Amino acid sequence: MRALIIARRELYAYLRSPLGSAIIAAALLVDGILFYFASLDTKRLSAQLLTQFFYDSSAATMVAGLLLSMRLLAEERQAGTITLLNTAPIRDRDIVLGKFVSSFGVLTLMNLLTAYMPLMVYIRGKVSVGHILVGYLGLILLGAAVTAIGLFASSLARSQVVAVIIGAAMVASMILLWVVARAVNPPFNTFFSGLALHHENYRPFMVGTLSFDRVAYYLMVTYFFLLSATKVLEARRWR
Amino acid sequence: MGPSDSIFGNHVIEIQELYKYYGDRRAIGPLSTRIAQGEVVGLLGLNGAGKTTTLRVLACDLLPTSGSVRVAGFDVVERPDEVRAKVGYLPDRPPLYDDMTVREYLSYAARLRNVPTNQVKKRVADVEELTEIGDVANQLIGSLSHGFKQRVGIAQAIVHGPELVVLDEPISGLDPVQIMEMRELVRGLRGAHTVVVSSHILTEISETCDRILVIDDGRIAWSGTETELSATLKQGMRIALTVRAAGSSAEATADKARAALSGLTGVREIEALEGGETGDGIASLRVAVSADVREEVGKSLVQAGLGILQLAREKELESMFLELLGEGSEQPGRKRRKKRQAEADLGSVPPAPSKEPS
Repeated sequence: MRALIIARRELYAYLRSPLGSAIIAAALLVDGILFYFASLDTKRLSAQLLTQFFYDSSAATMVAGLLLSMRLLAEERQAGTITLLNTAPIRDRDIVLGKFVSSFGVLTLMNLLTAYMPLMVYIRGKVSVGHILVGYLGLILLGAAVTAIGLFASSLARSQVVAVIIGAAMVASMILLWVVARAVNPPFNTFFSGLALHHENYRPFMVGTLSFDRVAYYLMVTYFFLLSATKVLEARRWR
Repeated sequence: MGPSDSIFGNHVIEIQELYKYYGDRRAIGPLSTRIAQGEVVGLLGLNGAGKTTTLRVLACDLLPTSGSVRVAGFDVVERPDEVRAKVGYLPDRPPLYDDMTVREYLSYAARLRNVPTNQVKKRVADVEELTEIGDVANQLIGSLSHGFKQRVGIAQAIVHGPELVVLDEPISGLDPVQIMEMRELVRGLRGAHTVVVSSHILTEISETCDRILVIDDGRIAWSGTETELSATLKQGMRIALTVRAAGSSAEATADKARAALSGLTGVREIEALEGGETGDGIASLRVAVSADVREEVGKSLVQAGLGILQLAREKELESMFLELLGEGSEQPGRKRRKKRQAEADLGSVPPAPSKEPS
């Protein structure tokens, strides 16, 4: 698959660049600190601690997802290397997919490196394996959606800083849709809460409830933004 | 304009009524030409003439606004993947990843361009040898000199063995030694590939190319060989001449040379060469000719009993180029662009011309 050629090159770039390691290290550090403070509360049940862990990890995942994806296309345009991809016999959707797979893979690896914390809760407390697995599924899906948004933002900008600002603004807007949902009357409140990136859609995963509606939501958000990034690349050739 | 019919058979590039607009601004058009298989063609024009846009369309980096562009028989709009597989492109800024070694990068470029996995290593080794970058193959690209980066840029453009190689200003920023090496490298592509090279330096194009396409204001202003170019222009070719006649004064030698050459077919004008060699019986002259008659000039001088100390063609290609683009006699397109530029400089850019029909 041609996208994998690009994905491999991008993974290589993350491994060589200090940026990728620094983002992962910082996210893991923040996750660890938050988990430590959450575990100090001895009145909290182990299931509640696990829920809190997935809540805190979602924030680290979103920030890391944006930072990892900001360079994907913006850096290529800035350095002029996008020409190599544009003039190779490879479709725009494969370029986008390859970029996405690499960034999403690094983000997923980062999330999996936090597994020692839920494992400690599992060993010392009373939580089910299903809760842990569903929680991680939620983190991975949220990571996929944020990476796709970040990739789309990266396709719009030439500068990585501008790309991350655009991406952060989009993610923040989508998170805050639950606030909009509270301010409007039915049936619009259901509509907006259903679109919110985190609140209504992520909460079931945090508590270990698998909802296929929520899975479908994150997959659709991911697909929509990957498609949008592809269209941006296609449109640039007509400019 | 004097389009020259190619001596070559199959056409790798066929462009008909190509237009490319950036917003309302016409970058190229109408532009029509054909380039035959195996030709090395130079695209010559001033900055902003439309060279890079033309090359980007050929490489499928940009899509045309209208018109037909076929590369190796495939339309760039309808079959872009097939075109890209047959084109190697070096943009004016080589698309290099500083964090990769040369070999890693070339392997990556080869895989992107459909080179079968079991042939990647061989192809990379071949282009490393051809472009003479084997010694730096394991170095990070970011640590290379500009000259080597250009070579790596060419290597990535030919790693998949394309039919057409498109090079945008390959000598840009190179020092004189690197320019000579790059010239050799481009010449080395002849035969295995059809090559289109752009430059705004006429001497560079004339050194490396079989044919010159002069592009001005997005249109092909002239097409032909360098010899045809010099014949087309009123200034033509000039020969710098230094002759000696033993026992004569410099003036007598010059008169003798004038008498020998004045009746020669193709000789238009003979004048004293300022700054030429002087001495007893030595005269330096400049002969303006309408065709390459250097051999006939030499024979006539010898027959007249003159010793030839120097007989060399003067390289005045840049001035010929400017003459072609209308520095002496302004052409409409150039006038229009100059006017637009002048008005833009004054801060009053007129509205762009409406689109020509395609």
